[in-house]
Amino acid sequence: MNRITTLFQQNAIENGPGLLNVYFTAGFPDKNDTLRVLTALQNSGADLVEIGMPYSDPVADGETIQMSNDRALSNGMTIKLLFDQLQDMRKGITVPVLLMGYINPVLQYGVEAFCQKCAEIGIDGLILPDMPMDVYEEEYKPIFDRYGVLNIFLVTPQTSEQRIRQIDAVSEGFIYTVSSASVTGSQSGVSENMEAYFERLQSMNLKNPRLIGFGIKDHATYSKASQYSAGAIIGSAFIRVLAEATDLEADIASYIQSVKNPKVEAAIN
Amino acid sequence: METSIENKSYHVSDRGYYGNFGGAFIPEMLYPNVEELRDNYLKIIQEPSFQQEFEHLLRDYVGRPTPLYRANRLSEKYQTNIFLKREDLCHTGAHKVNNTIGQILLAQRLGKKRIVAETGAGQHGVATATVCALMNLECIVYMGSLDIERQAPNVARMRMLGAEVRPATSGSKTLKDATNEAMRHWINNPTDTHYIIGSVVGPHPYPDMVARFQSIISEEIKWQLKEKTGSENPDYVLACVGGGSNAAGAFYHYLDQESVKLVAIEAAGQGISSGHSAATTALGKPGVLHGSRTILMQTEDGQVVEPFSISAGLDYPGIGPQHAYLFDSGRGIFMSATDQEAVEAAFELTKLEGIIPALESAHALAVLGRLGAGSSETVVLNLSGRGDKDLSTYMKYLD
Repeated sequence: MNRITTLFQQNAIENGPGLLNVYFTAGFPDKNDTLRVLTALQNSGADLVEIGMPYSDPVADGETIQMSNDRALSNGMTIKLLFDQLQDMRKGITVPVLLMGYINPVLQYGVEAFCQKCAEIGIDGLILPDMPMDVYEEEYKPIFDRYGVLNIFLVTPQTSEQRIRQIDAVSEGFIYTVSSASVTGSQSGVSENMEAYFERLQSMNLKNPRLIGFGIKDHATYSKASQYSAGAIIGSAFIRVLAEATDLEADIASYIQSVKNPKVEAAIN
Repeated sequence: METSIENKSYHVSDRGYYGNFGGAFIPEMLYPNVEELRDNYLKIIQEPSFQQEFEHLLRDYVGRPTPLYRANRLSEKYQTNIFLKREDLCHTGAHKVNNTIGQILLAQRLGKKRIVAETGAGQHGVATATVCALMNLECIVYMGSLDIERQAPNVARMRMLGAEVRPATSGSKTLKDATNEAMRHWINNPTDTHYIIGSVVGPHPYPDMVARFQSIISEEIKWQLKEKTGSENPDYVLACVGGGSNAAGAFYHYLDQESVKLVAIEAAGQGISSGHSAATTALGKPGVLHGSRTILMQTEDGQVVEPFSISAGLDYPGIGPQHAYLFDSGRGIFMSATDQEAVEAAFELTKLEGIIPALESAHALAVLGRLGAGSSETVVLNLSGRGDKDLSTYMKYLD
């Protein structure tokens, strides 16, 4: 079974705390930091990791992730290099790993070759926000299925109930719940409107678990999101930590700790 | 599996495709906005009250029909029969206003309070700011910070018209980045804002919607040419292509008339293999750009390449999906002209006919000598804009 599915099932059975999914951009801050950041995230307690494939035109992303994309590209990151960096990751990485990015670089690599490579390395899922659901179903789903790679879809506060049900039907793993109508990194906090939307989703009895992203940055927002879903996704806030890090491993550990379990961190300090 | 989406006509399919090009490759955050447009655009633009208002504004405000002018001295020079479709005489100086009028009427009917747009040379930004002033709607125009420096007069015009011009400072700081910023703005303001895309690019239904608003160009060419020559069909229709809106309008009513050769002229910049070019079909490959499957200039890794052209309006790394299909199917003939050739053609038209063309349109003029049109053949060239905005460039070439 796919690592993502296993993780969510186990966590549900154990009634564990909210799962924390952390996004970072491959090749950032430095070209060869990809595996290092991934390893540090796992060691610090991230439950899943999304590795961003840098892209020249990330229209769904705000300034912070645009900046990390630009930096990574000028560091010389490519899809091929990313696969090289991750080739042996499963020697040490046990958490589910997803790749997130835009569809064009995947098309250029070749969808089949891309999924095959993911299966070979141990990538569990893809998040490609600009891949339309109908194109996925008609052209790519058989390929994803063949290689056991899950495709994660997004829903937003504006997504209609009918479409949420369609997305739920075609999804496996989890549904990426975007907390507000915005690009990444432009929201902070969880408003009352959002809570009403989260409750609406909760009451729909979807077959897939949900993770809430956009606007998650600290323990309070992570806890709030976890009340309404299986957990939370952090992106821009973590990129800012990486951008300012002086000691990658230590700074990642203390940030993840502060999000998941601030009391423990306080006790250590 | 692709055959279910595949479309054999040169017009858009029900699902938004031209052949295998087109579609709506957009993040979920944009889906409701695009779905609202997709579900309503045809219904709205076919309403009699919409058509009446659109036609009225095109006539009394834009100044349509624009003349179809037989350029005698130019015809003599190239030993063929050249007619210029004078879109340069439209209010605001280019064909762009045909589309912004249509879209602002649509936005009003959708109850939108605010308009966002992208612009390269500033022509589409000016055309958008103009109709926003006319309809009293708030207007925000994203423009690459490099283009803001290059096109100061148009920036001033937009501001005078009441638009807020916001610099796009990401990436190459030109048209593609302004487009990214406008899309981000739309994601952040999904319910009260309409995004007026200026060309036949973007997710379905934009390419079809913009082409329909620009199709007035070929609709007029047909009856005007019939009046002048007895036939509504020329042998050639020429138009420059950046994203391709003026070409889409000039080709529209000739798409299924296979005897009419449709010639699209791209900007070769300093030369196709110079590394400083915007000749998309010569240098690009199929992929996804700004919400549609099309042909775009990209690296082997699928990163979008920064294009180059002396003409800001052609300085775009893709083409509309319909043009990608015209290229792929062979229905369209794709040629290109360099910066130098375009400037020379602009001077030639000015000298022979007393018309200063926009640099964009000058690219179409530049291929007249190698078109191979015979002395009994008819060539219609869409003169998409006037050259006032390009005077500072032209002045560098005087003597």
